[in-house]
Amino acid sequence: MSTTTIENPVTTTSSVITWREGEPITNNKVPGEDLSTRWARHKDSLRLVAPHNKRKLEIIVVGAGLAGASAAASLGELGYQVKVFVYHNSPRRAHSIAAQGGINAAKNYRNDGDSVWRLFYDTIKGGDFRARESNVYRLAEVSVKIIDHCVAQGIPFAREYGGLLDTRSFGGAQLMRTFYVRGQTGQQLLLGAYAALQRQVALGNAKVYHNHEVLDIVVEEGRARGVIVRNLITGEIHRVAAHAVVLATGGYGNVYYLSTNAKLSNATATWRAYRRGAYFANPSFVQIHPTCIPQSGEYQSKLTLMSESLRNDGRVWVPRKPGDPRPPHQIPEEERWYYLEEWYPSYGNLVPRDIASRAAKRVCDMGYGVGPTGRAVYLDFSDAIRRLGREVIYQRYGNLFEMYEEITGESPWETPMRIYPAVHYTMGGLWVDYNLMTNIEGLYAIGEANFSDHGANRLGASALMQGLADGYFILPYTIGDYLATQLFVKLSTETAAFEDAERETKARIERVLSGKGTHTVDEFHRALGKILWDHCGLARNASGLIQAIQQVRELRERYYKEVRVPGTGSEFNQNLEKALRVADFMELAELMIIDAYHRNESCGCHLREEYQTPEGEPLRNDQEYAYVAAWEWKGEQEPPVLHKEPLVFEFVKPTTRSYK
Amino acid sequence: MRFTLKIWRQKNAQDPGHFETYEVDNVPAEASFLEMLDILNEKLIREGKEPVAFDHDCREGICGSCGLFINGRAHGPLPNVTTCRLYMRHFRDGETITIEPFRAKPFPVIRDLVVDRSALDRIIQAGGYVSVNTGSAPDANSLPIPKPVADKAFEYAACIGCGACVAACKNASAMLFTAAKVAHLSLLPQGQAERRPRVLKMVAQMDKEGFGHCTNTGACAVECPAKVPLTAIATLQREFLRATLLPDPYAD
Repeated sequence: MSTTTIENPVTTTSSVITWREGEPITNNKVPGEDLSTRWARHKDSLRLVAPHNKRKLEIIVVGAGLAGASAAASLGELGYQVKVFVYHNSPRRAHSIAAQGGINAAKNYRNDGDSVWRLFYDTIKGGDFRARESNVYRLAEVSVKIIDHCVAQGIPFAREYGGLLDTRSFGGAQLMRTFYVRGQTGQQLLLGAYAALQRQVALGNAKVYHNHEVLDIVVEEGRARGVIVRNLITGEIHRVAAHAVVLATGGYGNVYYLSTNAKLSNATATWRAYRRGAYFANPSFVQIHPTCIPQSGEYQSKLTLMSESLRNDGRVWVPRKPGDPRPPHQIPEEERWYYLEEWYPSYGNLVPRDIASRAAKRVCDMGYGVGPTGRAVYLDFSDAIRRLGREVIYQRYGNLFEMYEEITGESPWETPMRIYPAVHYTMGGLWVDYNLMTNIEGLYAIGEANFSDHGANRLGASALMQGLADGYFILPYTIGDYLATQLFVKLSTETAAFEDAERETKARIERVLSGKGTHTVDEFHRALGKILWDHCGLARNASGLIQAIQQVRELRERYYKEVRVPGTGSEFNQNLEKALRVADFMELAELMIIDAYHRNESCGCHLREEYQTPEGEPLRNDQEYAYVAAWEWKGEQEPPVLHKEPLVFEFVKPTTRSYK
Repeated sequence: MRFTLKIWRQKNAQDPGHFETYEVDNVPAEASFLEMLDILNEKLIREGKEPVAFDHDCREGICGSCGLFINGRAHGPLPNVTTCRLYMRHFRDGETITIEPFRAKPFPVIRDLVVDRSALDRIIQAGGYVSVNTGSAPDANSLPIPKPVADKAFEYAACIGCGACVAACKNASAMLFTAAKVAHLSLLPQGQAERRPRVLKMVAQMDKEGFGHCTNTGACAVECPAKVPLTAIATLQREFLRATLLPDPYAD
């Protein structure tokens, strides 16, 4: 095989799923200081760019969700020239907007014993000890400043009658550290970041290109030099150069077709970065959220999340008698099985998401599920309504109850919600070092697009925290360290790398347009999603994964022959946009399966059925798998190369993660 | 369920556009309005025809992307709901449904049912923010805000920027959109420093974009999926008067 890096012989046990092992990652730029002073010392050591020089430096930010918008705004405030590309018609539409429940911060306003250490520990334990200590500690550290900043922006957080900020509980914590704005926290935080970005637009420091999709990353001599974008309205392809490129393009949960993600969320920018040499880390780590409205039919285009905050007051149960035909209100208390409270008494209904999701699957597999398909459990508010009154419950969850009723036609005031797990978030993403830079110089990944902070499972209300931490308080410091080396670089798009990237992008467009088949893109996407959901979802096993990868390869083969994409590339063509995204999802799916197959342990979201306790709890293998799996692309016909970044725990001791 | 759809088709901004009629069958009553359009589009693609372009994304009523003018109403027959949260069970089997883009001069059609709403972004650019740089904020609890004030500010801040208020208005006014932001920030202590220039600049930008004037019909608030109350507009009027009639307390 024609590859360049040092590789061991093939290390796989299956001839279908192959990869090779490359050099381990040794330099993640984590400074060697005491954990609590690490970030402060590191900031002091970073190079600076003087204000008059910042104006000469151009940065491309791709995506304007919480991470992208906060980064773009903050970089603009510093005086850099920022170009933001969003495929939406406005930067206010990114999927961060749909986050409901809240944002964690170690403020300890409750006097309940919270601290940076505790938020750090909960997060690293929540991730089942598969995240980097230093990053997580820093996240907990800057969390307090996020709340300060967001309040200063005028975000109308929920407050107590005394006028101070209110908080509530979220999964995986025994403290109340989650700040919220009714059930629309993500919306309000995003609009804050969006407004800050619009202010920079008005000041001339940032320019937003709406309806522009980044289709490739341009890398020259190991450095990110720009992007190839398609103007979605006219279809024109443009080359854009910059001194640094920041990918804030979110997660890839839509690879499963049905997920709680917005319909347009996609992996194209991160996947294209991977194909240009950026490592993709832990791609199989996908969060399946326990409280979503169950699927009701084939026509369904997406799944709707019901916020985790509901588990503060809602109790999860199934009838003790499998297949009990009675409506829930006729089932007496003693015949209800509150399985989460029974199995996990110390956290009860507020166990982390992976645990709650698996438990729901387990009771449904055992035949206790409810609803027409038997794939649902009850989330019941009757106790809380009795205890606290309708008014309080309305204040807390009013909009969620309304949303549930609109979709299902049933009122949670009268009857318990029916819920089932659904794909929600991807912990995996582009590998980044402590500076949030990928292994390609000048290419950064922030927010859900990177892998950095959540290990094998993310705690609720931590995605908003991470997106804003990266964008407001980390990247603006670290990117200067790189840009200081780029001051005298003259940008040009008339280079071989730009030429190649543009040509290849156009060829990809032509390729999907040339299919003369009879199947729609969605048909392929649904088929892909089903393969992954069945074999690389809530539970995985070796033989299922082998089967899955073969099915994905077959599907991909058929895709280009049998798909039909009407219209041309030189016009507004939503079906073409979708076709390109699904083509990338198919490639990503393969890597997810390889990653899930190679990790012969269970951890967090990743339950390998071969490695579990008799009660169905994951069995982690720290001896062999306490590492980040960072994958390198080697070409269409080559297996990917695995680079292991060892996870060194200097300050916490990985223990069996118990919420019993 | 079965429906006859009269849909606005327009290839691009230059094309004059026209209605076309389609039949769609076997639509589950539980399907959302957009899923019904998905079903139609799948059928059109299989027949080798061009699917209908429409904006959508989150499909849970919060991103503000979707916006269709259905049977003469912004976001369809139900009040205060986005198109994506409209379900086919709200229609009669066999019904003829007319689907148009949001129509307003400042919202040029991009294609079919997709319009350009970036005029709303430019209104925010004119002043819909608190000028605070990252890193400079005091402790979040250093400034208590009475709960009723925060709750009221949230009601205004809940705007999703879909533009239904403009589409519902006979004058194509963006008053409710602009007022929501003005009212949100004027209520909060953080918004006080820029209160006066904010309302003047945002109203000027709204006029510059070509949105019409408000004649207080209240059609906007009926359709607003975020239920932004009409009191926002009263607040904007008051803020505007305050800024124009009273002397600027900070002027030299």
